[in-house]
Amino acid sequence: MIGDVSALQLIISGDAGLFAIVKLSLAVSLSAVLLAALIGMPLGAALALTRFPGREGVIVLLNALMGLPPVVVGLAVFLLLSRSGPLGSWGLLFTPQAMVIAQTVLVAPVVAALTRQTVEDLWVDYRDELAAMNIGALRGVATLLWDARFSLTTALLAGFGRAAAEVGAIIIVGGNIDGFTRTMTTAIALETSKGDLPLAIGLGLVLIGIVLAINALAWVVRRIGERYAG
Amino acid sequence: MSMRTPALDLPLLFVDVRISAGDTAILDRLTLRLEAGAPTLLIGPNGSGKTTLLRAAMGLLAPSSGLITWGGREHSPPTRRAIVFQRPTMLRRSAAGNVRYALAAADVPRDKRARRTEELLADVGLSSLAHRPARRLSGGEQQRLALARALARNPDILFLDEPTASLDPYATKAIEDIVRAVAARGVKVVMATHDLGQAHRLAGDIVLLHRGRVVETGAAEGFFASPQTAEARKFIAGELLV
Repeated sequence: MIGDVSALQLIISGDAGLFAIVKLSLAVSLSAVLLAALIGMPLGAALALTRFPGREGVIVLLNALMGLPPVVVGLAVFLLLSRSGPLGSWGLLFTPQAMVIAQTVLVAPVVAALTRQTVEDLWVDYRDELAAMNIGALRGVATLLWDARFSLTTALLAGFGRAAAEVGAIIIVGGNIDGFTRTMTTAIALETSKGDLPLAIGLGLVLIGIVLAINALAWVVRRIGERYAG
Repeated sequence: MSMRTPALDLPLLFVDVRISAGDTAILDRLTLRLEAGAPTLLIGPNGSGKTTLLRAAMGLLAPSSGLITWGGREHSPPTRRAIVFQRPTMLRRSAAGNVRYALAAADVPRDKRARRTEELLADVGLSSLAHRPARRLSGGEQQRLALARALARNPDILFLDEPTASLDPYATKAIEDIVRAVAARGVKVVMATHDLGQAHRLAGDIVLLHRGRVVETGAAEGFFASPQTAEARKFIAGELLV
């Protein structure tokens, strides 16, 4: 499929194999970030606004989970989804869905921890105003998340960075199956070990380009948003 | 403009109220009655308890001991009262968006919010800045927007915590004009200030606080003409109360 062509030629020629890998990688990582946002943002906001015994310990644990080793997550999700595991009947092992689950587990703590810190800082300023307006807990959380939206973009970008860069979890639960579960990072690892450096380099360049493009897009959206919302 | 229906949250009564932070009493067995009528101005040196009194009156602080009642009720949700803090927090949206948020919080029907937003912004002279991000407004404009947000609750009682502190004379006059207009509609204004000139200009009644206690209270005219206590005489004379 690849042969002895250069990395740039692969990109410029729109190599179908390369772009299928790119497409799957984006689908998996963006899905994981979306799910992690749905889980992590309310969780982080709730943790910022509630007080209960052991809360400090939960915060320390959540912060520690940001550094969760991907291979360990991959192994845990593998055990859960394997035929003899508790979720084996779902039949998800070695599918893109399994990869999304694994990356969601990796990204959710990042989003939750950064959301917790952001919302807690904002709460110091907003607490009295919201109390004076008789705002209930749910509406208060929604208000804080909305008003922290520009800061939370950074949390999502950090989550996307973690998802897009990791290889350990998805290679275990996805199996790196050609044309089905092969992503940019797993393909780079495989092609490098096979000595097919043009494809590995091409994928690496595309990966860096995508991360730069998404960060640039987020920056532009943030600047435009700040101009209109302050 | 027509006068309002009788205020449900008045009279506002503090009976032997103590609010403390650790061992320090911020309000010390304070008893006070606030009735409907002309604005009541809380005056006193820094740390005398003005802000704490306003927060407790709003229902944001519970007394360590003693009793606060609104219209004879000990538990009254803050649906008919509003407060403007000394440094109000602007929500991250436009000036109009801030007012719309307050209207929604006050359960004003959605179809009436747009018109009401225009009216409130006009009342505080911010119509031309409706679409400007609230955080980009000047200090005086932010205070006026905070007033519009507070008025969105259609309050019976409006608490103002030094709303003109650090504002220039032009911005101060704009705020004072709004306060007069609001009071003329029958809203009870309770305002903290350390500016005796402002107290002269706005007050119907004066409450002088010192070290968490009411030192003297009464009609503004009598208070300034013939203060009854040594502390009041010193404060009016511009001497330091320590």
